Amino acid sequence: MSDNHTAHDVSKHVRGYLIVFGALLIGTVLTVWASHFHFGNKDSNVGNIVVALIIALTKAFLVAGYFMHLISEKKLIYSVLAFTGFFFAGLMFLTLWSMHPQNIVHFK
Amino acid sequence: MEIPYTVKPRPDTGLYNAKVGIWLFLASEVMLFGALFSAYILLRVGASAGTWPHGLLNVTLGTINTIVLITSSITVVMAWVSLKLNQFGKFKMYQAITLLCALAFLGIKSVEYKDKFSHYQIIKKDGTYVDGHMHGATYLDKEGKSREEHKFHGLSFKENNVEYSLKEVVLNGIEAAQLSEINEPHKDKEHKHEHKNISVPAAEIQKINNYGPWHNTYMAIYFTLTGLHALHVIGGALVIGFLWGPGAKMWRTEPERFTNRIEVSGLFWHFVDLVWIFLFPVLYLL
Repeated sequence: MSDNHTAHDVSKHVRGYLIVFGALLIGTVLTVWASHFHFGNKDSNVGNIVVALIIALTKAFLVAGYFMHLISEKKLIYSVLAFTGFFFAGLMFLTLWSMHPQNIVHFK
Repeated sequence: MEIPYTVKPRPDTGLYNAKVGIWLFLASEVMLFGALFSAYILLRVGASAGTWPHGLLNVTLGTINTIVLITSSITVVMAWVSLKLNQFGKFKMYQAITLLCALAFLGIKSVEYKDKFSHYQIIKKDGTYVDGHMHGATYLDKEGKSREEHKFHGLSFKENNVEYSLKEVVLNGIEAAQLSEINEPHKDKEHKHEHKNISVPAAEIQKINNYGPWHNTYMAIYFTLTGLHALHVIGGALVIGFLWGPGAKMWRTEPERFTNRIEVSGLFWHFVDLVWIFLFPVLYLL
């Protein structure tokens, strides 16, 4: 959303905000409900982690996209967040990479 | 000197300066919480079998707190919308609800924290466990006179120059032979643990501590993540509270600048909500 919102523009967005609010509530109930089931492999909870992350990422997209107006923001903000995204992804990659079986040597 | 571009967008960025500032700050916040999430993943994956607690936190309270934060997010947006529509009264109402939500969130969180500080685990000298909430502790003075306490005061404590030493502890909870019976109750269908009052004499105690951050790595990362998040809620509420109270007089002199301040404080508040969206499933459900 640009910095020059007119009153008309803003009131048009109110309906969208309320829909996002409803979707976030549904997402919350969904994530609690889904936690009662076991997804995927019996001995692993990777399936449940994936389901919980998909719901959380969807909720995060709604908050960042609509409440924080990121779906129509200026280029500079996107540039700043591109750097953040790059380094955040790098951090998570290093975290997961460090757990790769090849990088862990067990001495017996 | 006047602060530049508080209202008008700067020609090269197309944004008022505070908006660039808050996004740079939020970018650094993403990395701060990212590092802690990374620590969480490493601690969890590295935990020995049976040592990572499941189902320890109260999901109902966590769900209520999630709904409270989501509600505060919509009221923050609506407060900003109200100012854009020149409805100052509505702005005050929406931000009052935001502040009440912040208080409710912190209140519920402190109830959860209190519960953890009164939840104890005893490792007995025979290697078995007793786990539950503190029901009471009996102490003896030098003459052997006993004194009942609702709280645990350690192995001994001094009051009015009289030294009391622990005789026994009573926990309301379960007895377990293995740690996994306590941490993974969903996997352990064989043992049905019914909560009851269990008395443990001091002589049988190898180790006793409550579920504070020192208890295990799960509690350590739980308190670090939720504590840092709670500090953000407090910080955000202070800013929103200031702009709702004394700071609101700017609306009379510089309404556009004031509206931008509300937008910037709102961006921070949404970020706090965003962090919780991940904290809730990670700590409460998975």
